[in-house]
Amino acid sequence: MAEIRLENISKAFNEDRVVKNISLTIKEGSFTVLVGPSGCGKSTILRMLAGFEKQTEGDIWIGDKLVNDLSPSKRDIAMVFQNYALYPTMTVKGNIEFGLTNRKVPKKERQQLIEEIAGIVGLTEHLNKKPDKLSGGQRQRVALARAMVKKPKVFILDEPLSNLDAKLRTQMRAELIQLHEKLGTTFVYVTHDQVEAMSMGDEIIILNQGVVQQKAAPIEVYENPGNIFAAEFIGQPPMNVFERKAFAETLEGVPEEAHYIGFRPEHAGISSAAVSVPHTIELESEILALETLGAESIYKVKNRIGVMNIRSFSAPLPKHAICFVSIPHEKLYPFGADKAAGPELNLSVKKEAALNGID
Amino acid sequence: MKTPPIFKAVNGLGLILLFIIFAMPFIWMASTAFKTLGETLTFPPVWIPETFQWGNFAQAWSSGPFLKYFFNSVIVTLFILILQFATIIPAAYAFARYNFPMKNFFFALTMICLMIPSQLIFLPVYLNLSSWGILDTIWGLILPFATSAFGIFLLRQSFMQVPEELLEAARLDDATEWQIIRKIMLPLAKPVLVTLALFSFIAHWNDYFWPLVMTTNDTARTLPLGIAMLRQVEGGASWNIVMAGNLLLVLPILIVFFFAQRHIIRAFVYTGVK
Repeated sequence: MAEIRLENISKAFNEDRVVKNISLTIKEGSFTVLVGPSGCGKSTILRMLAGFEKQTEGDIWIGDKLVNDLSPSKRDIAMVFQNYALYPTMTVKGNIEFGLTNRKVPKKERQQLIEEIAGIVGLTEHLNKKPDKLSGGQRQRVALARAMVKKPKVFILDEPLSNLDAKLRTQMRAELIQLHEKLGTTFVYVTHDQVEAMSMGDEIIILNQGVVQQKAAPIEVYENPGNIFAAEFIGQPPMNVFERKAFAETLEGVPEEAHYIGFRPEHAGISSAAVSVPHTIELESEILALETLGAESIYKVKNRIGVMNIRSFSAPLPKHAICFVSIPHEKLYPFGADKAAGPELNLSVKKEAALNGID
Repeated sequence: MKTPPIFKAVNGLGLILLFIIFAMPFIWMASTAFKTLGETLTFPPVWIPETFQWGNFAQAWSSGPFLKYFFNSVIVTLFILILQFATIIPAAYAFARYNFPMKNFFFALTMICLMIPSQLIFLPVYLNLSSWGILDTIWGLILPFATSAFGIFLLRQSFMQVPEELLEAARLDDATEWQIIRKIMLPLAKPVLVTLALFSFIAHWNDYFWPLVMTTNDTARTLPLGIAMLRQVEGGASWNIVMAGNLLLVLPILIVFFFAQRHIIRAFVYTGVK
């Protein structure tokens, strides 16, 4: 177990700065997820942490050790790679044992460790098979076992589930969460999948263009996104965000500093008739598209504010119909000119503009 | 779509023709090795000798210091193989996996070595070895082939196919660079290694030109030279004896090929690591 500290880390490939002066602390024993679109620098951060890339500037601390100049094997970390990177010519046992042999662990102790780990990940009966005889999920477990057997201070996982099919991914997600609880080791997990980030992390770090956008617990990111990027990255479909002037003719008391206003698709209501609830904007809308997903439906609607997504859990409305979208005032989320979370809103609805709004 | 039978027949005939063109000299050699001298000269040629003259082999073997030639051939070929692998493997690994100054220049230099025929450089090499005083020794036959540009090229290609993550995983597992080569790279490149060994073995076991240039007496002469000298025994050429000697010469190659066949085929249909 160890805390990880990045201090003013930058990384440039030639002229291209992919990580820009990042400082963050990853708590001891936490399950921290680095998430962001491709090219955001998350994998580069991970590789610098592991020691495969050297940062251009800044310091990296693992526990109380400054690891800037330590080789990967001296950092007390273990890594699970996206394509597993199992040694193809070795058996499962050989794969798990390789690191131990290189560390000159006595044979008896090795045997004991392998049996123990194989039991935990459920590989006991496959120990003598080569990786190409295993399924995707089993290979994933071998990769985990190989990492676990070294008893590292930090686990680094680089999109470990992206090669699995959807069903297996869900299953492995749950297993990884349990594994983290069992081991209590610091996990650093990189993914581009916001669902993985939300469901697995104690803490998620959202990155874009080499800069940390927000670092918080998943629910905090969801409820109080730090900026428009975080708001649009987390949540499916993303938050609807509009410029102030779209709302200005409907709402009174929008502060000058609120340059953008957003709301989550699932926080708006949709119905075939006007309902007139207090402290709510109600908009007559046209349904442009509808995705029916069983438990929920996702609408794309157009109204006087603009085109927006609405997520609803009631029975789907007919396509291309006229409907009414209602957005509670308290669910409106303001952003400032710099696109960061903005001032608090204290709103009232303009009588003449609101269709059925009641103050 | 079905292939018309006529095409199948033409195809088959073509293959048989090709087989005959390739196999004929070998069959001719094998058949001649068992003939009497008289039978070798008859026309039309006899394919199956009346009685198999096993004595030809004994005669070929005893008509010179063949044990010495054989021993020289074994030593020369073995040392060339050992030295080649000792130099090729680290060079190929460095070209495939490291970045160092002038890497491309050095690789181009290696490729140029591959393109220059040995007939063009044998004179300077000869003079060089002569100044070292190792003419007429087996070292004169070994040292010029201590590395192989072709081997470096082929192995480099094979090493380049190994995903980088595999090496990173091994480095995290405390493996040294030598351990990575030995435990991960070489097992993956096994078909290529077998092929290289076989090519090199055939080339140097059969090599006639270089030993001819480098040796003037029997101390370092190899089998191909000895066989060629059979022609000059007793004035006229006894082709049956020469062919018996040739058959002895190619026998080890056939045996090795027989055992390594599977790997050779794999090396040429190599699809990379999954």
